[in-house]
Amino acid sequence: MTETTIVSPVHKTKNTPNAVLSKQQSVLFDEAQVIHELKHYLPSQTPIKDFIHHNTLHAFQDLKFYDAIFKAGKIFGYQVTLQLTEFRELYKTGRIKNEVLECIVADRKGLDAALWKEKLLYKTYDTINHSRLGLLRAEWKHQYKIDLDNAVHPLLFRILCSYLDQGVALWKFPVPTTGFLSAMRELEKDSFVSFFKTKRAKHLLLNGQCTITELLKIVVGDQAYYEQYLFDQQFGHQGWSGIVAAIEAMPNTLLDKRTISLSDLIVFELLLEIDALDYELGSNWEPLSRRVKAHPLHLFADVPSTELQEVFRIWQDAFEWSYYDNVLNGISANRKEDQSLVSIKSFQAIFCIDERECSLRRHIESTDKNCETYGSPGFFGVEFFFQPENGKFYEKLCPAPVTPRYLIKEFGSNGERKHELLYTKKAHTLLAGFFISISLSFVAAVQLVLNLFRPKMSPAISNAFTHMQQSSQLTIENKNLEDRENDLQIGFTVEEMATRVESLLRGIGLIKDFAPVVYLIAHGSSSANNPHHSAHDCGACSGRPGSVNAKVFAFMANHAKVRQLLNERGVLIPADTVFVGSMHDTASDQIAYYDEHILGSNHNSNHQKNKEAFEKALNANAKERSRRFASIDTKKSSVHAREAILKRSVSMFEPRPELGHGTNTLCIIGNREITKGLFLDRRAFLNSYDYKTDLSGKLLAGVMRPIGIVCGGINLEYYFSRVDNYKLGAGTKLPHNVMGLIGVANSCDGDLRPGLPVQMIEVHDPVRLLIVVEHYPEVVLKTIQSAPEMYEWYVNEWVHLMVINPEDGDYYYFKEGSFQPYQLLHQQLKFVSNFEQLIEQAKKMETNHIVDATKENLPVYLLN
Amino acid sequence: MQQLLQVFILLPVAAFLISLLLPRKREMAISFLAITSISIHLLGLVSFIAYWAFNQFPVLDIKHLTLFQTADIEIFIDFYFDRISAVYSLVGSIIALIVAIFSKTYLHREEGFKRYFVTLLFFFTGYNIVIFSGNFETFFVGWEIVGVTSFLLIAFYRDRYLPVKNALKVVSIYRFGDICLILAMWMSHHLWNENITFLELNDLSLVTAHLEQHYWFGVFVSVMIVIAATAKSAQLPFSSWLPRAMEGPTTSTAIFYGSLSVHLGVFLLLRTYPYWETMVSVKALIVFIGLSTSIVATLIGRVQSTVKTQIAYSSIAQIGLIFIEVALGLHTLALFHFAGNAFLRTYQLLVSPSVLSYLVHDMFFSFKSNELGQSNRLKKTIYMLSIKEWNLDFLLHHLLWKPFKWFGNLFGFVNRKIMTALLMAGFLSGLFCYNTQKTVPAVLLDFLPFLYSFIALVLILKAFTERGDALNGWFAIVSSQLFIALSIALLNENFEHNHIMIYLSGSMVSAMVGYTCLKRIKRIDNNIDLSQFHGYSYEQPTVALIFLIAGLGLVGLPFTPTFIGIDLLFSHIHKREEVMIIMTALSFLFVEIAVLRIYARIFLGQHKKAFHPVAFKSS
Repeated sequence: MTETTIVSPVHKTKNTPNAVLSKQQSVLFDEAQVIHELKHYLPSQTPIKDFIHHNTLHAFQDLKFYDAIFKAGKIFGYQVTLQLTEFRELYKTGRIKNEVLECIVADRKGLDAALWKEKLLYKTYDTINHSRLGLLRAEWKHQYKIDLDNAVHPLLFRILCSYLDQGVALWKFPVPTTGFLSAMRELEKDSFVSFFKTKRAKHLLLNGQCTITELLKIVVGDQAYYEQYLFDQQFGHQGWSGIVAAIEAMPNTLLDKRTISLSDLIVFELLLEIDALDYELGSNWEPLSRRVKAHPLHLFADVPSTELQEVFRIWQDAFEWSYYDNVLNGISANRKEDQSLVSIKSFQAIFCIDERECSLRRHIESTDKNCETYGSPGFFGVEFFFQPENGKFYEKLCPAPVTPRYLIKEFGSNGERKHELLYTKKAHTLLAGFFISISLSFVAAVQLVLNLFRPKMSPAISNAFTHMQQSSQLTIENKNLEDRENDLQIGFTVEEMATRVESLLRGIGLIKDFAPVVYLIAHGSSSANNPHHSAHDCGACSGRPGSVNAKVFAFMANHAKVRQLLNERGVLIPADTVFVGSMHDTASDQIAYYDEHILGSNHNSNHQKNKEAFEKALNANAKERSRRFASIDTKKSSVHAREAILKRSVSMFEPRPELGHGTNTLCIIGNREITKGLFLDRRAFLNSYDYKTDLSGKLLAGVMRPIGIVCGGINLEYYFSRVDNYKLGAGTKLPHNVMGLIGVANSCDGDLRPGLPVQMIEVHDPVRLLIVVEHYPEVVLKTIQSAPEMYEWYVNEWVHLMVINPEDGDYYYFKEGSFQPYQLLHQQLKFVSNFEQLIEQAKKMETNHIVDATKENLPVYLLN
Repeated sequence: MQQLLQVFILLPVAAFLISLLLPRKREMAISFLAITSISIHLLGLVSFIAYWAFNQFPVLDIKHLTLFQTADIEIFIDFYFDRISAVYSLVGSIIALIVAIFSKTYLHREEGFKRYFVTLLFFFTGYNIVIFSGNFETFFVGWEIVGVTSFLLIAFYRDRYLPVKNALKVVSIYRFGDICLILAMWMSHHLWNENITFLELNDLSLVTAHLEQHYWFGVFVSVMIVIAATAKSAQLPFSSWLPRAMEGPTTSTAIFYGSLSVHLGVFLLLRTYPYWETMVSVKALIVFIGLSTSIVATLIGRVQSTVKTQIAYSSIAQIGLIFIEVALGLHTLALFHFAGNAFLRTYQLLVSPSVLSYLVHDMFFSFKSNELGQSNRLKKTIYMLSIKEWNLDFLLHHLLWKPFKWFGNLFGFVNRKIMTALLMAGFLSGLFCYNTQKTVPAVLLDFLPFLYSFIALVLILKAFTERGDALNGWFAIVSSQLFIALSIALLNENFEHNHIMIYLSGSMVSAMVGYTCLKRIKRIDNNIDLSQFHGYSYEQPTVALIFLIAGLGLVGLPFTPTFIGIDLLFSHIHKREEVMIIMTALSFLFVEIAVLRIYARIFLGQHKKAFHPVAFKSS
């Protein structure tokens, strides 16, 4: 940078010199390029009915974690770690352990360790973070005393929401929705009124040169400022801009299709700005750049490192390792415990890797000592679109990045869809509204009272079990390749089925010693009054319940011809082993079983016994969960807890039907023996994998590929929503208003709020995911290097990777591209013999401030 | 039996006062207090109404407390009960109870849990005062409490920009209605030469005889009442505030804007019906307002693409119908309609988040593509107009507030030095004239009150538009209060000293406390300009609370001496002094807005020091 970088008085917010461009230095404006960048950085959340977790700062994923978050924090003004005062409090309360902190400081600072510890604990820093965004556009207020946001946003949002609306409004958008700008043109052309208050903007829309560059010339003037201006403008409402960009990229994400593009939005917004300026200032304004003295900012210039950043790094590391070390210690100790091998197996159950199943697996194993549990992503390796009977659309039931080529249709469901009379839109019309308000409304009052005192399931509640009717049948097998619909093959051929079944079973290491009954336990979540309900469903099924996948997989694995093919390939499933699909509702702690009739008489009694075991386990699970719910007295019996939990899931007044993925921190890939008997407090994704059946690591790549994007995505979404719930999360749910069925906003004039609401993240400790893989370091290294997009997660430290050597149990930590031995810091671990007591006596948070909230998260215990 | 009426006011008051004392973290205790007190209220009410019905529905009236009395003025609190009160109080307690139970879990761990319940109880108090009130003074006390609690709950999420902005917007319109009500009170006071009770209004012969004498004054009173009711019930042309008020937790939105608060305008019309019953023009006006509102609100409601605003507009449309029913004398239907509409909208708002999954599910199974018919030019026009809410928000801003802003901005040059000089000059000359009335020329004596009242208005508008230091704004507000007092003192030859002392004793203490609060913030932060939001409630919540109380005291929050003072001051302006009353009314209109604006700008909104997560302005 040259000496020309004089920071003007307006930009006195300490932007570093290299972020300021001189006018000569700046590159020419490349419209396509800037639009491309905008789309890259905008939030990428799709309409809220499909809530798919992802790394909130995915746009920075090509950088190392800390560099990325500090850069994003500086540019956009996000808070990207806990606050300094919070870290210091956590240290005081012992949640950040002194020995861990000292070790990390010594490691990073060597001889200066003492000095740095002093800084960490006591030095005063200026922690005020001014973002680079918004400075240019704020000049309208400084120069002309006009608040363009107030003048433009309310109308812009209302028009956008009406255009994208999926079915709230009684009147649909009155012109074809085949393009946002063309629709606006058609409205303006053929109407007695206008959205514009002045002539010029309307004229520009109808006749003029309506490109972004041309309009920017009017509004901004000097093209050196264009990029900065557009970023200021679009990040002034990142929720709406983000959803427009997401719909542009994936039009199929809306059921009722809308064609829209970010460029259209920008053009229209610029026109509204011109209109507002013309209206307020008449001809007394000139392009913004003529008045602005500050040089344009290079928004994405590197953020210089500061001492404060280093302080945050050390604190965050110390916070993370205070927990990790405890976990690794637990795993080591658990290894040394004798694991009695199950000889006669009562049943096997394959769960989703979801960390909410971690406790249910523990409970079912302790209820029935002869059972075995496995974990695998909840779509069970079968990827397809699903069409419910009478459904007008398809639903994708596999991880979001996968595009299936198969279709599975439901028939014979004989389930009438029920309606809720009071939800009729007629209540919003004048005359019907009149009759409803002097008749049905009194029913509404009674219903409200009933829901307060005796909550029960109703059609207004999203019920995971109605995703597929229990009685319905599916078109799973394809016998004729000609059976196609919309370019999708209906069902799977025998060969295709066998491949999928084999791949799943080999992946989890279940290729021999089958029990008589193998359950596939998918999961979904029922909740009332909750626009974010799909964030509670199965992430591996694109945010939907996984019941269909479980049923499909069970059918495939039971298929005689499939068994035959598997036999030929070395997976010998005994003829009398039966696979049963089922689904666990993680909110209400209920399980439904599918196609129980195939069990036959010889298995039925076993099945009934297993069901009883599951019931007991679910009771215990409910009791364990209840310790975090203020409405339930944990000291009461587990049966009581389960009833209360069922009520919660159907209570309209309960903003926390369940806590979702809150507290997720670990992902363990290996045999269940590593973690069996360990209390991980529902914080671990558990993916079964047996290195012994895969010494070369051939299957490991398939297992690990989705881990970063699915588990890492969930973890980072929770991380960022936790550390800055205002800007990166959705804020509190309580004022949320449903906008056009595509998202939520805080009020009628507000921006959409992507991210997670505070009710979902308050139990979460913002730490990155620690992935522990049981295998040889060299094999794991080869595996993660096999795909660059997978490697990026590890080498850029968005997740931690630890390998446990299966032979000696030694740990190797992945850092800077290689594995280094890791020494445990802390060797003590507590045993717990009375689990109920542990749960009953666990602390409840006093407030949801991190220092209080984290006290609810228990350390790792060995269970006797 | 009428003695019992007081219980229904004292119970919520007691609950409110106790709730202030409970510690912030004791969620169970706070919600228990609210639920129990409202339950007792409801039970008591049910028994009382049964007893009352058993006694053949008598109309009850009791003079509860005399606040102030001289030979010609008596200000007293009066309670009253008839079938309108019965329906309103019953519906009110049922909905309040539902909402309180719902909120107990819904607001769990919410920042401001206590603030919410305290405000809810305060609102419940105000609502019951309105419902049980027996005269305009009592009515006005409750009406004001409802207004203030509205502001507090709309701005519940005080660390974001939009709730604060919208809270100010709504309270401005409320305040406009309040002033109309004050004018109605003022005029009727002069007409009857006493503060008339609602019981007396029922005396048809009395009212008829009275109106024969003063028909146009009667029309004036009625129109003022109608405007106050229209503003409170979000009828045309004020409708656009209602959707904007839906900023607080869904539960508070349900009780305020879905059900109770928004129907108080209807209550005012029902209560004053005997007064304007015989005036065809007033009835026609109400029918016209109701009809046009129901049509326009229905059209706007049809294009709403967000769930809560859709409910808001459909509720406004139904209230339009209720207005018509009241005007036509169909009061049983109106009461039934009110109860139904209140229950329905409460229900719809409370379950509004679940509409998403219900409608998406519904769409999944019953979607028909190509539903788009060809729309003609007229339909497109109506669509676009409705999206723009028929420019209502725009018109209100431009016609109602902008001229005052423009006027206030003319006096941007006035600083504290000029104000001090003005005050000194004004007071010295004022006191001089006041004490030596005999020697001062009559022309000057006639002129001075108007001059002072004009200066007061200028100062308050200056405070309203102040963009510089908040202390300037505060100073202007206080000065304007002094000038108002002075002008009225001079105007009225038989003005009594103690009246003005009552007024000033309340406002000057508040003025000092408010000044100290602002000074304190100024010490922390040199820049307390009103051109931006500072969000100091994050750092200084206690100072924020004290300032709020002082501010409300200054503008005459019910039960402060200022409140009685205002009423007294107004009674000193005679009915023929139109200019004077308009200027004084405007001053009172803007004083509350100006005070709340200072509170909002300094203490609410996004905290400007971003060392912690701060919301986006647009969120």
